[in-house]
Amino acid sequence: MAKFSTFKDLDGYRQALLEKKDPKKKRIRICMTGCRAHGAKEIKESLEKEIKVAKIDTEIVPTGCQGFCARAPVLTIDPDNIFYQGMEVEDVKDIVQKTLIEGKLVERLLYKDSKDKTIAHIDEIPFYRDQTKIVLHNCGKINPTSIDDYIASGGYNALEKVFKEKISPEKIIDEIKKSNLRGRGGAGFPTGLKWQFTKNTPNKPKYLICNGDEGDPGAFMDRAVLEGDPHSVIEGMLIGAYAIGTEEGYIYVRAEYPIAVEHVKIAIDQARDHGLLGKNILNTGFSFDIKIKQGAGAFVCGEETALMASIEGKRGTPRPRPPFPAQRGLWNKPTCINNVETFANVSHIILRGAEEFAKIGTEKSGGTKIFALAGKVRNTGLIEVPIGTSLRKIIFDIGGGVVPGKEFKAVQIGGPSGGCIPERHLNLPIDYESLKGAGAIMGSGGMIVMDDGTCMVDIARFFMDFAQNESCGKCTPCRIGTKRMLEILEGITKGNGKIEDLQKLEELAKVVKDSSLCGLGQTVPNPVLSTLRYFKNEYEEHIMEKHCSAAACDALMIAPCQSACPAGINVPKYVVHIAAGEYLEAVETIREKNPFPAICGRICDHPCEKKCRRGELDESVAIRELKRFAADWYFEHETEPPQPFPKTRGQKVAVIGSKNSGKTVAIEYMTSDLSKRGFRIGSIKHVHHPNFTIDTEGRDTWKHAHAGAKVVVCVAKQEISIIKKVDTSQYDIDRIVDQIKEENLDVIFWEGFHSFIAKRKDVLKIITAKNSNDLSQRMEGTSQPIIAITGPIAQTDFEGIGEKTPVINLEKEGEQLIQIIEGYLKKSSAQ
Amino acid sequence: MGKAMFTEKEKEEIDKIIEKYQDDPGPLISILQELQSIFGYLPKEALFYISEKLKIPESRIWETVTFYTQFYLEPRGKNTIRVCLGTACHVRGSSRVLERLQKKLGIKPGETTLDYTFSLETVRCLGTCFLAPVIMINSDYFGNMTPDKAERAVARYKEE
Repeated sequence: MAKFSTFKDLDGYRQALLEKKDPKKKRIRICMTGCRAHGAKEIKESLEKEIKVAKIDTEIVPTGCQGFCARAPVLTIDPDNIFYQGMEVEDVKDIVQKTLIEGKLVERLLYKDSKDKTIAHIDEIPFYRDQTKIVLHNCGKINPTSIDDYIASGGYNALEKVFKEKISPEKIIDEIKKSNLRGRGGAGFPTGLKWQFTKNTPNKPKYLICNGDEGDPGAFMDRAVLEGDPHSVIEGMLIGAYAIGTEEGYIYVRAEYPIAVEHVKIAIDQARDHGLLGKNILNTGFSFDIKIKQGAGAFVCGEETALMASIEGKRGTPRPRPPFPAQRGLWNKPTCINNVETFANVSHIILRGAEEFAKIGTEKSGGTKIFALAGKVRNTGLIEVPIGTSLRKIIFDIGGGVVPGKEFKAVQIGGPSGGCIPERHLNLPIDYESLKGAGAIMGSGGMIVMDDGTCMVDIARFFMDFAQNESCGKCTPCRIGTKRMLEILEGITKGNGKIEDLQKLEELAKVVKDSSLCGLGQTVPNPVLSTLRYFKNEYEEHIMEKHCSAAACDALMIAPCQSACPAGINVPKYVVHIAAGEYLEAVETIREKNPFPAICGRICDHPCEKKCRRGELDESVAIRELKRFAADWYFEHETEPPQPFPKTRGQKVAVIGSKNSGKTVAIEYMTSDLSKRGFRIGSIKHVHHPNFTIDTEGRDTWKHAHAGAKVVVCVAKQEISIIKKVDTSQYDIDRIVDQIKEENLDVIFWEGFHSFIAKRKDVLKIITAKNSNDLSQRMEGTSQPIIAITGPIAQTDFEGIGEKTPVINLEKEGEQLIQIIEGYLKKSSAQ
Repeated sequence: MGKAMFTEKEKEEIDKIIEKYQDDPGPLISILQELQSIFGYLPKEALFYISEKLKIPESRIWETVTFYTQFYLEPRGKNTIRVCLGTACHVRGSSRVLERLQKKLGIKPGETTLDYTFSLETVRCLGTCFLAPVIMINSDYFGNMTPDKAERAVARYKEE
């Protein structure tokens, strides 16, 4: 292996590599990282064997992630850029014979767009076409375990430029500042400033750390970069180390990423062997070396102070800042920590120039961002777009949207520290500020798409479970607050939630946010807050209706299909009956809830099928069709017409229990539920004292009525009070009278109802008034017979209108009013 | 405890590891990681031994070992099954996969079968979200799992 002593050696080596490389030679690039889980290794072995048998000159290049993970395993054939996807070992023979030997395409392995049109060339596929690859430009193109591949693709050119053009450390920091590069780990702190702070701290030695502890569930950007192009990170670190003035660096990688660890180890050894790491690099007088540290499975170690504690061999608990790592970091020395992707950007800034780099992205944030697109999206994979690209473009143009038949609901960005963004904000440009405003964060770049089958309460619970598990336990609000929040959320998803829980959740979230020490505690309430902000209706549905419309909360349903059915038919039961050939029983099961199986078997919108779990595997069970079949069978085989639906009679149900045993709650619950299903409910309440009021808020009877009872009767020892629920807009005064007609009452007093009776000649009227002004208003439009005037006006010396209408002061002349009425009663009975 | 004491040979290996990290100012986690790769878990005796050798108080070793999920204080099964419960796996139904494996193996996450064939674990994201729901058996990934597929994948390791 060549050890370079000068940059001239490196240059010469690169030239030799390029000359050796035949651009016309066929090369098969096959992903050997993520695609391994889909049999890429077996395909590669088979390709090697077949190529050997066919004796053709083709090179096989094992690469890092090519991005389009949804189509795994994938391979690209150079120089024609033919993209094959979803292969199996059996396809290898055709690839070798047809494509490599005959120069034809294997149609069935090509990408098909939404209109079933095949696309052969990788650059024409929408998923790739709409991306801008800077950090990932080598990823999937070169063999990550070969430094030659990296050097031949222009690797270590930026380092060379720094020394050849004698760019001073100050100038490098200046360039990074001008490029508007911001930390890709999540918080978005300007990288140039961080470098400057570390450089300016006088203490020595200094340390440079690459944070590859990518712990956010749903994120795999750093993994892809470390696996697919590890030298780009090393080169970025070299330039950073030179700018800051440090000789020691660490790459901290999660132990959960074995391939990344392996590739980084190989790359460091290679760089060292070539003289690109170590003492006096290429005779420049600059020394720098890198050690690799493996995480041991603690999410909080992604936080910089916890990460440093972990490198020091301690528990990974964060400590207060300031002092910032730039002042006192690892072993209390000035330390600069940057994310993997941040370092991978550095050589591009040096080579392109800060201004060119800053042109990509937004005004405040230069360059691109890698996102890991996953969840319920068609094109899962790794993508890179300029910062400021809209969410819609990423999810629908590049990501291909959600699976047909499903509806987009939200996208979760930023992992446990981020939030869920609903459809109405999809035009949001992705940059640090906009995302923060929408309640999420850029985070490391995990993007999980959710459809109508995802329950947002369950997602909040999921993240809180994660946060509660991963809280290091140092700060009480985070340790206990997350636990309490989790308990509340678990209660809601199990149907035990109360409406006041929502406010409690919000309060707790604020406390945890405000009083935790590190970024973990300060951000983990975000998923709860953002779902409360955008999806409060789902929380309310779980609490008030004990229903999960996404059919995700198991405790709230028997089966997703039944939960989705507006009539609540026991779908699993009748499907099993049909499977067993018991068609009659199937129809009877349907008819328990739905009188029209034959009709609904034809025209129902079948929300049940949209929720069918089988659909996640291949296709949903054809529930509607089965219903139709069973109903049709019934009409063909049963001569007897089906029994008409029984008319429901007043079924009397008693709820008995001691005081405060929850009788009212039970009635409220049953009334609310049954009345929603169309049953007309009445209730009777017994009280032990007279003088009860029936419609005061908080009273049991009031609760019955508000739960949906049509009639509420309150019974005391010698009295009874009845409230009936009717649609009064349909009522005139006579229908109101009809409600109590059977009581054979002699007099019915009306209070108010002016508009109903003003013109009625058959209704006697008594007018109450405060003063003459009030009276004249009341008199206007009121026809005779007006039999008396009373109220406060009678206490004044008001004389009355004309001669006929007496003004009665009830305190003194009440008897007069009674006599008047009695006179009318006698007159009417005489008639 | 499964293995009470370690052999001379194992002791030599431990000494070798300690020597390897002589110049490392913060060697504890790296040493623990290598130690675990020998024993498959961290026997208490070995921890006492390195405490003495490294002059690190037992309490410090204990707090570190119990903090990180990677370290085990009990012997592990021959095969480790990791069920990913990351976000992408969660929305694609990983809980049903876990439920089935628990039932099938008769153990809960963190436990080992009586015959020491399998240890079951849950993990918060393996970074292979495009395979969701995913399980990992030893160092092999199995993507797009259903309860049935997961059961079949596990069965293959039982035969070996």
